[in-house]
Amino acid sequence: MDKYTQGLYPVVSKKTLAKEIYDYTIYCPEIAAEAQCGQFVNIKADGFMLRRPISICGIDKEKGTLRIVFEVRGEGTKALARINEGEMIDIIAPLGGRGFELLGNDKKAVIIGGGIGNPPMVPIAEHYGENAVVISGFRNASAVILQEDFAKTGAEVILCTDDGTAGRKGFVTDALAEVLEKDKPDIIYACGPNVMLRRIVEQADKYGIRCQVSLEERMGCGVGACLVCACRTIRDGKEYYSHVCKDGPVFESKEVIF
Amino acid sequence: MSRLSVNFAGIEFKNPVIPASGTFGYGKEYERFYPLSKLGGISVKGTTEQLRTGNLPPRIAETPSGMLNSVGLQNPGIDHFIAEDLPYLKTKDTVIIANMAGSTAEGYREVAEKLDKTDVDMIEVNISCPNVKAGGAAFGVSCEGAAEITRIVRAATSKPIMIKLSPNVTNIADIAKAVEAEGADAVSLINTLLGMRIDIRTRRPVLHNNMGGLSGPAIFPVAVRMVYQVANAVRIPVCGMGGISTWQDAVEMMMAGASTIQVGAAIFADPYAPVKIAEGMEQYCIDNGINNISEITGTVQPW
Repeated sequence: MDKYTQGLYPVVSKKTLAKEIYDYTIYCPEIAAEAQCGQFVNIKADGFMLRRPISICGIDKEKGTLRIVFEVRGEGTKALARINEGEMIDIIAPLGGRGFELLGNDKKAVIIGGGIGNPPMVPIAEHYGENAVVISGFRNASAVILQEDFAKTGAEVILCTDDGTAGRKGFVTDALAEVLEKDKPDIIYACGPNVMLRRIVEQADKYGIRCQVSLEERMGCGVGACLVCACRTIRDGKEYYSHVCKDGPVFESKEVIF
Repeated sequence: MSRLSVNFAGIEFKNPVIPASGTFGYGKEYERFYPLSKLGGISVKGTTEQLRTGNLPPRIAETPSGMLNSVGLQNPGIDHFIAEDLPYLKTKDTVIIANMAGSTAEGYREVAEKLDKTDVDMIEVNISCPNVKAGGAAFGVSCEGAAEITRIVRAATSKPIMIKLSPNVTNIADIAKAVEAEGADAVSLINTLLGMRIDIRTRRPVLHNNMGGLSGPAIFPVAVRMVYQVANAVRIPVCGMGGISTWQDAVEMMMAGASTIQVGAAIFADPYAPVKIAEGMEQYCIDNGINNISEITGTVQPW
């Protein structure tokens, strides 16, 4: 049985990517060795009881580091943002019973991130490289992050903003419709708001393309014991509450009831 | 850890620390952190007659020094527990407490009869879940209801039974006396306090169930008070819980009258909390010349 690791690890790099969006690199070799694309870390925020689940944005097994990118959404993430380079961070990781399933990197993938749903998509883009199209959407130019990281992978990157202040104006689903008209990938990966995921899945279904989505829900334990992070899914033909922390956070789109 | 060994309702516990029902699943997840044999016992996820899917999400909301939950007794049902989870748990060298509830009085009888035929060590009867409409708290908030369920479960099993009491009552000591009179071997308290939060932007309750159970350090003083009141009202032993997160809290709860303690929400912040609490209690015994932790039970000296 795989072990879960909880411990204090040093933040070796802290960057600000955009207003209230932070980028931490954490030195945690034993966790990095186990971590998979699509999993998450559960972080203790000083003064708060519940940990904050944050998706993994990068895994460097040689350097023994994990990278996380998160947005300050409330008081808990504000407390996380106060941790500085050189300080220790209390994490439980790697969590998530199921990450993204990566096909052979000769296959073609479309990778879609909406807002703070972009960070977990970086390792997927690294895997597929030139065989990937990344569609990366944000509210406006000031929220745009990770474009250099996506560009470095060799993937074709389409940047969209709701108001057109960066990249093309419009939603990621508009860009996806155009991409799918030209070429059908082997798989689509998506992470972002539920409304966005639902529309992406509609398009994937229309063309019969496999689609994996990463879901978000408020969590308690993060390991599958407390059963609070329920999401509606289909299991054995029947509706069933799966749990994002243990059964996911990545699900086949066909399993999810949006 | 003989300083920590306790006899509770006729069962030997190697230490008095028990992860609370609903926070520890059936133990498998936490075995990925440490061996379950370090625990005095495990109160497993509450189990009902049939599979229950639980409440609509969101099921959790953080609150100052605590949290609200409204899981709604999601569980795979008693038959699944007995066939799939119990055999595994019984190999873990710790006391296994089956936490159970029914959606009707008849449901309590059915589950208790099934558990009676297993090698589970003890049964904790939940008459206090605030998150399900049928059963649970409906019985736990009156002396008559609590007594009725105790009588039914008592008749259905010869195993030690511990009734888990609701704090959402006017006088918890009266309820404790009612279940003692019907043959309960122990009581455990407190379950969560009924609470509610509202998102002021949407005017919607944060929990889809509207209300939920409050746990965590926020409720600890209430729990200490109720354990104190109950311990002074009954002769059967008390398992104290509600917001315990450190060994100091555990010692305090025992001084209030508890013979064993349960740790719940604290596990979410620190999965090792039950283990650290047991270690801290042992050191406390050593430092204070206490031969056995039971010596401190009920030793508070009120003004």
